Amino acid sequence: MKRWYPSAAVLAVALVLPWIFRAPYYQHILITILIWAVMGTAWNLLGGYAGQVSFGHAAFFGLGAYTAGILAAHFNISPWWGMLLGPLVASLISVPVGLICFRLRGPYFALAMLALGEIFRLVFINWVSLTSGARGIMIIPRITAKIPYYYMALLLLLIALVTVDLLIKSKCGFYFVSIREDQDAAESLGVPTTRYKLYALLASAFLTGLAGAFYMNYIAFIDPNVVFSLTNVSVMIILVVMLGGVATRWGPTVGAAIYIVLSELFRTSLGSASVLAFGVLVCLVIMFLPNGLVGELEMVKKAIQARTNGSEKSGLLRG
Amino acid sequence: MEVRKVAFFEVKHIVKNFGGLCAVNDISFTLEKGRVLGLIGPNGSGKTTLFNLINGFFPLTAGEIHFKGRRIDLLPTHMICTLGIARTFQVVKPLKRMSVLENVMAGAFLRTASVSVARQRALEILDFCDLSGKREMDAGKLTIADRKRLEIARALATEPELLLLDETAAGLNPKETEEAVEIIRKIRDAGIAIIIVEHKMKVIMGVSEKILAINFGREIVQGEPREVINHPEVIKAYLGDYYA
Repeated sequence: MKRWYPSAAVLAVALVLPWIFRAPYYQHILITILIWAVMGTAWNLLGGYAGQVSFGHAAFFGLGAYTAGILAAHFNISPWWGMLLGPLVASLISVPVGLICFRLRGPYFALAMLALGEIFRLVFINWVSLTSGARGIMIIPRITAKIPYYYMALLLLLIALVTVDLLIKSKCGFYFVSIREDQDAAESLGVPTTRYKLYALLASAFLTGLAGAFYMNYIAFIDPNVVFSLTNVSVMIILVVMLGGVATRWGPTVGAAIYIVLSELFRTSLGSASVLAFGVLVCLVIMFLPNGLVGELEMVKKAIQARTNGSEKSGLLRG
Repeated sequence: MEVRKVAFFEVKHIVKNFGGLCAVNDISFTLEKGRVLGLIGPNGSGKTTLFNLINGFFPLTAGEIHFKGRRIDLLPTHMICTLGIARTFQVVKPLKRMSVLENVMAGAFLRTASVSVARQRALEILDFCDLSGKREMDAGKLTIADRKRLEIARALATEPELLLLDETAAGLNPKETEEAVEIIRKIRDAGIAIIIVEHKMKVIMGVSEKILAINFGREIVQGEPREVINHPEVIKAYLGDYYA
């Protein structure tokens, strides 16, 4: 079996999905899954492969969204240009952020990024002249049907997956993973670790900003407490990736699907207790599937291969 | 006017203080291309610190380090490696969740951006270090002997001209030690200069052309291997006054 067959099959299914689920509510869920899959895939590049766990990706999501929003609200430019400019702004901002935060390692880096996300939220709430503060920005979308948004979101996910895949299979990928595994060892192998961490952050911020700009266009309303949210964006990205599998190709996408579907189910059936149910689920996943769904599946696959081949295959290109 | 040949590698009066502790105190030596220097001294005498200084992990308190006519002690670690100085770690640092082959490829990428070239180069080096049979294994699952070997293979993949080996034979049984010495000789014969830290005299005496003995961060003596290990101060440092 050719290696790309499974991917092609998944793509084919994804292409017909909105024609199976015709109700706008279901299509909305599908689009939301795709947005979260893009964000998870972007986070996974930095947090999963390069090992730099960020608790502040809402900053880049929000910057992407607000770039599109501000273009429309202040300059009367179509927010679709935000899809181009949003990711650029997010990655531009990520450079000074990286230069400062990458002086820190491990949990300290995570905390610095957490603070960063909060800083952006507060700035965007209080910079009323630019952002209209907590009132948020609303636009009138030209397109109201769900299907065009679905295919756009699918395209974004495709871009994210292909970008990450190409990076991971190149020299960059080897350097990212070696930094994750042991930064000192990587440095003494000649890896300019700060520069490569910056590359990972740059690409990750770009893709997250892309998701943010798309979100603005699709939802048509943003406010700082939504798009810069610590609990509903920054932490949720991490949960999505953990559910699916850290440092796996399909992990973030699978994680996004499970996360969105379950949180909808919990929300409609349990009301305000849904957050509690979700918390319990997360604990169970951490206890029993520490590598995430895709991660655990790969462990099983590896074990079976080892038994049949007698030798163990492994590596960073798994997934 | 004084005419002086520039040494291939030269350490000039280096000092390293950690707060009030002087870990390395006025050490100087030179090394010519393709030669092997043994570095000995009791535990805590400053051998690994010396490596960390050469390698750029710590900044010097005073002194200079020159490599191929260029001052390197102010450069970051990855630049020093790019110039041609690679090291292994006493406490091995395998990239655990990467395969053995990928570990060595990570080193080989220093000289190429091509995955296939890096892979080819890594395969040759694994062959050189007798690790070919384990190339698909996770580096975290290797035995200590193989981890030590992987350290060497990964360092070699960066195509160094000077290799710093930090207790490559520690924790190995006699047969594995013999194999390690064999690999070190092969590296020397390939024209790569080596500075080796080792407690096993068999290894040190088997490969070194010159030995530097240190204690409490200071030089005791440097010179011919026989001369150094019979020096009364060296014997005193290891065994105490009674034996000197």
